[in-house]
Amino acid sequence: MRIYRVSGAVVEAEESTGVKMHELVLVGEANLVGEVIRIDGDRAFVQVYEDTYGLKPGEPIKSTGNPLSVELGPGLIGTIYDGIQRPLSSLREKEGAFIKRGISAPPLDRTKRWHFLPTAMVGQKVSGGQVLGYVQETEIVKHAVLVPPDVKGELQWVADEGDYSLEDPIAKLPSQELHLYHRWPVRTPRPYLERLPADEPLVTGQRIIDALFPIAKGGSAIIPGGFGTGKTVVQHQLAKWADADVVVYVGCGERGNEMTEVLRDFPKLVDPRTGKPLMMRTVLIANTSNMPVAAREASIYTGITIAEYFRDMGYNVALMADSTSRWAEALREISGRLEEMPGEEGYPPYLASRLAEFYERAGRVKTLQGNEGSVTVVGAVSPMGGDFSEPVTQNSLRFVQVFWGLDKDLADRRHFPSINWITSYSQYSSTVSSWWIKHTGEDWPDLVAEAFRVLQTENDLESLVRLVGIEALPESQKLTLLVARILREGFLQQNAFNDVDTYSSPRKQYLLLKAMIGFYRSSEKVIEKKIPEAEIEGLPIVQELIRARFTVSEELKLEDLVKRAEDAPKSLSGEIDRGDKM
Amino acid sequence: MGLKRRVSYATVTQINGPLVFIKGVKDVGYDELVEISSARGRSLGRVLEVSRDVAVVEVFEGTTGLSLGGTSATFLGRGLEVGVSQEVLGRVFDGIGEPADGKPYPYAREKADINGSPINPTAREYPSEFIETGISGIDGMDSLVRGQKLPIFSGAGLPHNALAAQITRQAKLLNSSEGFAIVFVAIGITHDEAMYFRRSFEESGALANVAMVLNLADSPAVERITAPRVGLTMAEYLAFEEQMHVLVIMTDMTNYCNALREISSSRGEIPARKGYPGYMYTDLASIYERAGKIIGKKGSITLLPILTMPNDDISHPIPDLTGYITEGQIVLDRGLYRRGIYPPIDISLSLSRLMKDGVGKGYTREDHMDLSNQLYASYARMKEVRSLETVVGEEGLSEKDRMYLKFGDFFEQRFLKQAEDEDRGIEETLNLGWDSLALLPEDELSRVSPDEISKYMKKRT
Repeated sequence: MRIYRVSGAVVEAEESTGVKMHELVLVGEANLVGEVIRIDGDRAFVQVYEDTYGLKPGEPIKSTGNPLSVELGPGLIGTIYDGIQRPLSSLREKEGAFIKRGISAPPLDRTKRWHFLPTAMVGQKVSGGQVLGYVQETEIVKHAVLVPPDVKGELQWVADEGDYSLEDPIAKLPSQELHLYHRWPVRTPRPYLERLPADEPLVTGQRIIDALFPIAKGGSAIIPGGFGTGKTVVQHQLAKWADADVVVYVGCGERGNEMTEVLRDFPKLVDPRTGKPLMMRTVLIANTSNMPVAAREASIYTGITIAEYFRDMGYNVALMADSTSRWAEALREISGRLEEMPGEEGYPPYLASRLAEFYERAGRVKTLQGNEGSVTVVGAVSPMGGDFSEPVTQNSLRFVQVFWGLDKDLADRRHFPSINWITSYSQYSSTVSSWWIKHTGEDWPDLVAEAFRVLQTENDLESLVRLVGIEALPESQKLTLLVARILREGFLQQNAFNDVDTYSSPRKQYLLLKAMIGFYRSSEKVIEKKIPEAEIEGLPIVQELIRARFTVSEELKLEDLVKRAEDAPKSLSGEIDRGDKM
Repeated sequence: MGLKRRVSYATVTQINGPLVFIKGVKDVGYDELVEISSARGRSLGRVLEVSRDVAVVEVFEGTTGLSLGGTSATFLGRGLEVGVSQEVLGRVFDGIGEPADGKPYPYAREKADINGSPINPTAREYPSEFIETGISGIDGMDSLVRGQKLPIFSGAGLPHNALAAQITRQAKLLNSSEGFAIVFVAIGITHDEAMYFRRSFEESGALANVAMVLNLADSPAVERITAPRVGLTMAEYLAFEEQMHVLVIMTDMTNYCNALREISSSRGEIPARKGYPGYMYTDLASIYERAGKIIGKKGSITLLPILTMPNDDISHPIPDLTGYITEGQIVLDRGLYRRGIYPPIDISLSLSRLMKDGVGKGYTREDHMDLSNQLYASYARMKEVRSLETVVGEEGLSEKDRMYLKFGDFFEQRFLKQAEDEDRGIEETLNLGWDSLALLPEDELSRVSPDEISKYMKKRT
């Protein structure tokens, strides 16, 4: 095979008979990594994952016979990779601060020795996905060493407990040796036994998400938003606080400093469940906006394949992709170089099917070894001009169950997270509510429903208020607006950079909501007794409710707040001693 | 690539916009530099696409005067490079890095490809050193830090040049004992505008520390593509080899994007929005992402691009894609400017993403972030009141609403507004912020803590 034509990231090859679709090839004298993406007669089109400058027609292209794959084994956690799983720290050690071309480094460290504890036995018949033994990869991730999905046979030998490097055999089948790691093609979903319903919430500690628009473990969501609406902060918050066992964070075509921020913060942040640094459960894929565009296309698949691998061990995995729009733009750029017929806004017509394939790799499943695991996918979308009618947002919406629409107006008012509570939705609300009832209180669904009602009423009244002013409203509606403000400022807003507020436990979310709704209900009764709303608004409890998210972290004080919130309005109608107003 | 005999080709088969198509070429590399000779003299170009039969070459300086028969091309076997050293400071270059001040080439310590290489994300150091610009609207509300890329979104006729010049004069980056440099990149702006900046550098005594890369309005449009890269290549050398703090100013990036569109359409590419190519985001990122800091290096590149929003439309693809790449934006507002407020910074649309890490205790003052958040929130509320006022009139407003109007006026006239030569310290900026808030009822201030109120606001009122 030889280069016939070079155009940006796409190389056209001639004399390519025998080459396979999605085969990995090495392009030119510099051995740049590329992948076959179209075959036409004896011509093949290759997308090249490195900068193609200086490539010349006539230079050789070498087949490898293998599809683009990732290495899966101990050593993934805590590592930062580029879009084709080159370890960026190793590249930096080799080449310095700037990424050069044609360099490679094994994704998993070959020199490191891992302590392997076998569980499989000689004579045992094993098949794909079954466990050979375990390696304690980090303090919080126990790495199950799996038989590769496409392999089966009777174990003729299993290594004793001990320290092994990745290349040491740890088991033998008649047909082959098995190692601590195996390879898997990124474009092929890893197999599982069956899909299970997604009915347990992924608790994120973010109040508007958990309470109003929850996502289930194994579910999928998108966060579209114009620039400055806080997509990346929400994604980082989920990566930090979601109760997943493993987090795969894919920085796809975004800012370099955002990945640096993750690298700086995650080793210092402590996982509230395990008490260990968050980095001990995190895998990072970084293909920033200035890195080669074709590798950006691959980064999403690299990420989800790693996520599926940990799922197959029985873990709940969360994958954040920031941003899927940059991935779609990479598709568009490659498609343009292939001179394909464009669809909407220049995106290729297969954009929808690619998005579907990606989001369908999310799910809660029964794994090949028989236990349960899940992959939850959260994709950020960066619509041009914040316009949600563009193709990436619209096509994604067809395949995900949760929509967290970020709102420019809210962001301009510094209301964060700027998830719009009127337009957003979650199709998991009812399926996960039994979990919340069990873990918080019977009245959880009622509290949430009431909060929605108040917020919706506020929205309905908004245009009326703008016309006639708030003074013209009846007292009961003024009260609803007051409660809506308390909910907005004291519950929906959440400061990611405040040590207390950044994470809300389910219990705290429940008690805050209970206090606010309790206040509402008891105030309603007071209003019925012809006491003006202004008096209720003047109660110190109002400010206290709004600030409770910062100041109260002990549950006892919250329980107390719930009671006081209910009692305070009653003091106005003389039901109880007015002493507490002094 | 070694030594090889340079072959000239006289086989130009098509000329289209800035592009020349050359047939029958051999041994030509993608993105290689080409020398084009014709009756008008010699000019440079680069290979945009190459196949066995044909090379597509983009000619810097444009194709005016080229003909099919009278043009020959020599492929140089390398990309466009510039010589870099400290001696670029005090000098003027054209859009492809050739000296444009009549002096010889500066001594070059090394030659560097203008495209640079991406910074490995693991090698980046997160920017967090506050730069005091002496401008309240920026320091107080959208602080700039070393290594940040913070564009000014402006409109035709707004004072973005004055603001950029004021920032360069006052930025305390310059007064520190560490080495500093300015790289000024003009992209398709007028001679007058370029002169304005030159004079401003001269007046502040900084001229000897400025490298100017000038592609003016009458220079070839294709060189608008190379000019920012030439400037950044010089900046990278100064920052990461000579350990200097480099401020790079680029104006006007809108002209850059339009040149990109022009070349894309001559190549017959399928456009995304408004005719701009689908890869514009990636292309802009390859410029903006060169800003930053690197672990183990003392220097930094802080990038201050200026762009004029066509029709003042912030959702236009140019500001839109820029905003997705840069770490915030300073947005200028025509309404404020008409009311005589300089700098007319619209704080509700402006943002500095790196501010949270560069301000507060140990950097500026402990109350900075909360104060800034409160000012934003109150200002946003004030704007709602103003629009309500246009409907119901001032009489129809509540007592509280009228307090907001007073707050708004004070904030705009005292906090935002300042003279072009006024260098306000951060303390004064923050205190003016508290003075504005003092016009509002205290229970409206939910973003600042009661402690901060008593410590900083009470004391002053």
